[in-house]
Amino acid sequence: MALYSEHTGKPAAKRARNGVIIIILILFALATIFPIYFMIMSSFGDPIEAGAANYSLFPTKFTLDSYKFFFDYSEYSYRWLLNSLIVATTVMVSNVFFASLAGYAFSKIKFKGRTVLFTILLIAMMIPYQVTQVPLYILIVNIFNIQNTYSALILPGLVTVYNIFLAKQFMGSIPGEILECAKIEGCNQFQIYFRIILPLSKTVLAVMAILTFMDSWNTFFWPFLVTNTMDMQTIQVGLKNFRFANTTYFAPMMAGATISALPMFILFFSLQKYFLEGVTVGAVKG
Amino acid sequence: MAQLAKPAKRRRIRGDGAWAYAFIAVALVVFAMFTAYPVVSAFIISFQKYKPIGSEYVGFDNYIATFKDSLFWKSVVNTVVYTILTVPVSLIISFAIAILILPLKKKLQTTFKAVYYLPAVASGVALSVVWLWIFDPMPEGIFNKLISLFGISNQNWLGSSATSMFSLVLMAWLSSHGTSIIIYLAALLGIDSSYYEAADLDGANFFQKLWYIVIPSLKPTTLFLLVTGVIGSFQVFQNAYLMTGGGPDNSTTMVGLLIFNNAFKYFEFGKAAAQSLVLAAIIALISLVQFKFMGKDVEY
Repeated sequence: MALYSEHTGKPAAKRARNGVIIIILILFALATIFPIYFMIMSSFGDPIEAGAANYSLFPTKFTLDSYKFFFDYSEYSYRWLLNSLIVATTVMVSNVFFASLAGYAFSKIKFKGRTVLFTILLIAMMIPYQVTQVPLYILIVNIFNIQNTYSALILPGLVTVYNIFLAKQFMGSIPGEILECAKIEGCNQFQIYFRIILPLSKTVLAVMAILTFMDSWNTFFWPFLVTNTMDMQTIQVGLKNFRFANTTYFAPMMAGATISALPMFILFFSLQKYFLEGVTVGAVKG
Repeated sequence: MAQLAKPAKRRRIRGDGAWAYAFIAVALVVFAMFTAYPVVSAFIISFQKYKPIGSEYVGFDNYIATFKDSLFWKSVVNTVVYTILTVPVSLIISFAIAILILPLKKKLQTTFKAVYYLPAVASGVALSVVWLWIFDPMPEGIFNKLISLFGISNQNWLGSSATSMFSLVLMAWLSSHGTSIIIYLAALLGIDSSYYEAADLDGANFFQKLWYIVIPSLKPTTLFLLVTGVIGSFQVFQNAYLMTGGGPDNSTTMVGLLIFNNAFKYFEFGKAAAQSLVLAAIIALISLVQFKFMGKDVEY
């Protein structure tokens, strides 16, 4: 008994119904992934100006010249990918480590000011980023004077409140008895964190790592604001610059977009389970 | 004995407390420096005419200028229009898709979830590059080809103030709904089957079950998605920035973009800070209203 009728004894009716449903879902899926299909398919075209390029919906040609064109645009184009990798990896590692530590403290250790501090963090999560954007820029550029460095790209994202919240929510469900036992056995808090909490939180930390990495890789505005030379830009900023410098080169632009998105597609297809789980981890109250 | 045990216990607690402070230290420093300080600083800057050295206090001038600025109100209207056109439609689409996915086998469900989620993995810059070509104003452009099949003439999608906002909305409709679909599906699977059994006994049909059981049960989910959707939509400006730059004739200038331009194009930090705080107030107010109206019988 469910929302849908079981069509008991009428397998043909059930098959027909599911067939119709699947056709509708496929049509919508085609509309959703069309931009991505179009991007990848067109990136294999010739690197010529759009006036001469007549784009078609189906592949007519296969050449990697447009990719070459994109990489030849700037001597730093490989560096963009490397910069993105460095920043995203550092931000991911530091978030997993510091957010899990803080999440453990907030969920399992009693200390003075715990509730007050956590409430402040929660309230801060509701502040739109436009509010912090300007002062953060002033802080990094005018006060710390570290624009155009990896520190400027990494420091503000070292550990996010959202990730602390995620870790705290999950670790709150770990039974306290286990921790008590460990304590009686003579473990100190760091050993408890390292030997018990971390192994038990593997899944949620994997989700956190992946989503943090993806966010950092895809982020555009902050790197755009704090970098001013090509050698320090990330792939997203580089792609935007390439676009403005080569407004009519259709296929190379698509090649650039594909290059910026490809690492995330690979990550998504190999770790799909964690991506899809990640959506509900933060949303459905546990 | 009791007297001896007490200090020992207290010492242990104090010890744990020290560990806890050590564990949250980095997080707190990062938070204080890159979130708390900027928020306080935003308040201060909003009362200043900002200069790197020697900012002067100008009282409420930045706020008064903001409220008198017709462009600010235009951007608020644009943002509201964009939100009204995108958020409810994506909720309806995600809800419908989740309902359709529900009767399928687990494996098929996962495949569809993955496909619908896929565009969310690509960066906004990459997608904006692709959509720019889809909206190509030349007759060869994808959308122009598509509408010519229906006998509609060529549109200058992003370049005319009549269609630019609609183009951004269209882009939102056709982009990833993966997240809300997955959240809706999770909520659908959580509905107790005894409700359906009772409804079946009463001879309810599919749509009656949908109306009387599913929609009321999913109200908390809908509220969650609505509130987060509206909050997100009020801050959105990346697409506007990358696709139209707010133009033509400011027809796609959202509040977020206006703040960005004031700050980093005209370097009017004071004005930008004041506007960002007004935006924060508007968002807080709208969220509150949504909870009041929708949240009446939602249990948490």
